[in-house]
Amino acid sequence: MSFGNDPIFGIHAQALSIYSRRNEVIAANIANADTPNYKARDLDFASALGNAQKQSVEMAATHSGHITTSRSNAGTGDLLYRIPFQPSLDGNSVESDVEQAKFGENALRYQVALRFVSGSVSKMRAAISGRIQ
Amino acid sequence: MSMFKIFDIAGSGMNAQTVRLNVTASNVANADNVSGDEAGAYRARQPVFSSFTNAMNAEENPLVRVLGIVESQADVAARYAPDNPNANEEGYVFSSNVNAIEEMVNMMSASRSYKNNIEVLNTSKDLLMRTLSMGQ
Repeated sequence: MSFGNDPIFGIHAQALSIYSRRNEVIAANIANADTPNYKARDLDFASALGNAQKQSVEMAATHSGHITTSRSNAGTGDLLYRIPFQPSLDGNSVESDVEQAKFGENALRYQVALRFVSGSVSKMRAAISGRIQ
Repeated sequence: MSMFKIFDIAGSGMNAQTVRLNVTASNVANADNVSGDEAGAYRARQPVFSSFTNAMNAEENPLVRVLGIVESQADVAARYAPDNPNANEEGYVFSSNVNAIEEMVNMMSASRSYKNNIEVLNTSKDLLMRTLSMGQ
């Protein structure tokens, strides 16, 4: 989901979308904590956000065969591999405590972005109804 | 928004850990089995996990899947017990190669991983519920 450069929600809507994706990446790390040869991954937030903003500019399609850039994959790519503090013999690079900390942090960040977006919605509702709620 | 995928991911992790717990329970329960021949002795089993992505979408976050269950190749101990009804002609029985300490460690590790996945699930559910009530 992408709101583009929305004047109401600003950057927070895109941030929310990226946090949601990062949540999924870390959840996959935690689920695969005991899978041999699984390499823990994480999303590079800065470049993911950069990509999301770049992708909100659509290419012109002048022919029916032209492929349009998909808005839905704003925030894809930029999946990097985590460098483990203590590599293990089975090739798995997930460290449960690191992933738990990252997941908690990301959940908190998600809530912050959500609070901002939610605040924008409340403000718009107040403006529409013309009274302070 | 793809947050619903987290339920699949954490669910697959929980499922894999359940299989692991089940196999461990089976190992512990059969630890004292004895058999009259070496081939029939109980051998400890272990599930093999592997990450699994949909072939259509390699970018997707991997689920966990249980590839199969392998039997331990460790030696089974022969014990002289002529009064055991299972004993062979020479009076030996073959006990299982289950290592009780390994199984306990496995059990704890599996239950911790299971709890981690539940925590992920709960947090994600909480975030989704908050997202639902956006702007209220």
